[in-house]
Amino acid sequence: MQFNKDSLKINAEKVANQLSDLILSQIGGILKKGGAVVGISGGIDSSVVAALCAKALGPHKVLGVMMPEKESSGESEKLAGKLGEKFGFETIKEDITEGLAGLGCYSERNEAIRNVFPEFDENWRCKIVIPTNILEKKTFNLFSLCIENEAGEKKTKRMPLAAYLQIVAASNFKQRLRMATLYYYAEKRNWAVVGTGNKDEHEQGFFVKYGDGGADLKPIGHLFKIQVFQLAEYLGVPDEIIKRTPTTDTYSAEVTQEEFFFGLDFYRMDMLWYAMENNVPPEKAAKVLGLSVEQVKTGYANIKRKIMATEYLRREPLMANV
Amino acid sequence: MTVLNETTIRSALRAFIMESFLFGNTEQAFDDSDSFMENGIVDSTGILELISFIEEQYNIQIDDEELIPENLDSINNLVSFIARKTAKMG
Repeated sequence: MQFNKDSLKINAEKVANQLSDLILSQIGGILKKGGAVVGISGGIDSSVVAALCAKALGPHKVLGVMMPEKESSGESEKLAGKLGEKFGFETIKEDITEGLAGLGCYSERNEAIRNVFPEFDENWRCKIVIPTNILEKKTFNLFSLCIENEAGEKKTKRMPLAAYLQIVAASNFKQRLRMATLYYYAEKRNWAVVGTGNKDEHEQGFFVKYGDGGADLKPIGHLFKIQVFQLAEYLGVPDEIIKRTPTTDTYSAEVTQEEFFFGLDFYRMDMLWYAMENNVPPEKAAKVLGLSVEQVKTGYANIKRKIMATEYLRREPLMANV
Repeated sequence: MTVLNETTIRSALRAFIMESFLFGNTEQAFDDSDSFMENGIVDSTGILELISFIEEQYNIQIDDEELIPENLDSINNLVSFIARKTAKMG
């Protein structure tokens, strides 16, 4: 098959029109709902989805919900507000800090962090990261915990299983409370919740089950991240959002999606993944991407491992079928 | 490391994996050379569980740079790795 540097280029106008038609038919025709509720973070995915919904349904049928908490970046809220202004839909802000505190999100997480770093103070910042050199060596996608004190001094350590599980379980309250909040606003209006995950997130499992993974439709779930960027340009998403480094907005220390989960820049990951899915021989992919054959094989293996390891997240509840 | 010790390590690892990840289901047979990740036997969370088991069971500390498939991704790889680590400790 053809594989070149432009293999993931899309006709953005055509794709935007197709998705706009699809959103309209899914929300109005299949789900029988009157509008769209979208959680907006000031990131590129939620911006593209909100813009597509406004195009499909009209801005007056779209509600953008900002759900910051005490560890969110202030930048996220500012950019989300700009997005609403640009596309003319209503936005509201729901601070979820108190709800998260009530659920034990911060206290349970900090307790687990102190099992790894006893000196951790709740005013310090933390994040979890994976290796970001996945093309250089075959490595497991194991998380490390990184803390940063008020003086900016950082310490990183691999997490033991119990601490890892507790930190993830507690942190996942953030996405799950955001999902519950979106459904509150959607049900109050008899509207649908529109998910904002892209293909990278959906298939490699970079989402929280019944958290940000919980939605009535996922219009960009089949698009590679670099295709979402092309759609954003076409739709006129503000430049500050397009140029912003994608982050998780989950941990108090700044963490990019690359260091938190994907371990590779989006262009190389998406191109490698596309090549792998289309059975492009590693030798050919290596030539196009300026990588060694060994790096391509390592990249293929890493992506495959992530897809396999996160299969559980994409499963619907198993039924008895007896 | 004697052959007997390697045999003991091998059977302890197999028992742990069967019990922890396969719920004792003997129909899910796998060879000692099969990759855990490629065959869906152990996922990345399971690898953490496996690391904790090995560190406790054999009283060894596994360094970050040792967390590679060549050391951990099959029964054979694990047996060689543990044998090397415990031999170093004398």
